Amino acid sequence: MSSFIHEEYPVAKGDYTRAGEASADIKRRLKQLGVSSNVMRKVAVASYEVELNLVIHSLGGKLMLDVGTDGVLLVSEDVGPGIPDIAMAMREGYSTASEEARSLGFGAGMGLPNMKRNADDFDIQSEMGKGTRISMRFNLA
Amino acid sequence: MTFRDMATVLHAKVLCHEEKLDNPARTACCSDLMSDVLAFVNEKTVLITGLTNPHVMRTADMLDLKCLVFARGKIPTDDILETADEQGLIVMTTKETAFTTCGLLYEAGLRGVPIEWPEGEDA
Repeated sequence: MSSFIHEEYPVAKGDYTRAGEASADIKRRLKQLGVSSNVMRKVAVASYEVELNLVIHSLGGKLMLDVGTDGVLLVSEDVGPGIPDIAMAMREGYSTASEEARSLGFGAGMGLPNMKRNADDFDIQSEMGKGTRISMRFNLA
Repeated sequence: MTFRDMATVLHAKVLCHEEKLDNPARTACCSDLMSDVLAFVNEKTVLITGLTNPHVMRTADMLDLKCLVFARGKIPTDDILETADEQGLIVMTTKETAFTTCGLLYEAGLRGVPIEWPEGEDA
């Protein structure tokens, strides 16, 4: 995809205070580009969910945003620990989130299914000890 | 009904964007679980909650919510209110519990936001 915007956002493990800042910036950029509010909302929700997952579950990682003429590509990559059972993690209501995450209103086991629902294409690859890569594409039309 | 009607019914104190109170309000949802709000709310609506952390504002921002109602007299900290102000969110706080807040607003004509069920799942 030829993109006219490429941005990378590092996301730190356990940084609940800043969680959501990358997604807020992503949403702002899409708005500046004139992306429709429906698509913007889908990207924002999926981005916030994946950003929270990086904070809650990963050892740290990054979010990458590419916007091109044909769509938005949002990729999350982390450095571990990996998801032991992706099928289980994709089930609604299944969560391994900490008490801290739950006290903030998260960890209901809706994150991954919600990302999949909002994205037009969703792909997740994970290897224990290496990390997880989630790729989401959103059509602009 | 308008947001002003909501504030009247709830005897609520408006904390942000009082100038928007005459805009119409049609639907609302109530949850302390932001995961659920992110997963099921699909329109620019009102959120009634007892949670006052910054992620409530963040969730509202991602979903383009129009109004937050804090139940049980809760008031978020000033920095959170500043964020709401920047986002253009109407924020109000009522001494009623979340349950009573919902009941009063429903009685006054506000309805629940339509829920999107995941594919293949029935209510």
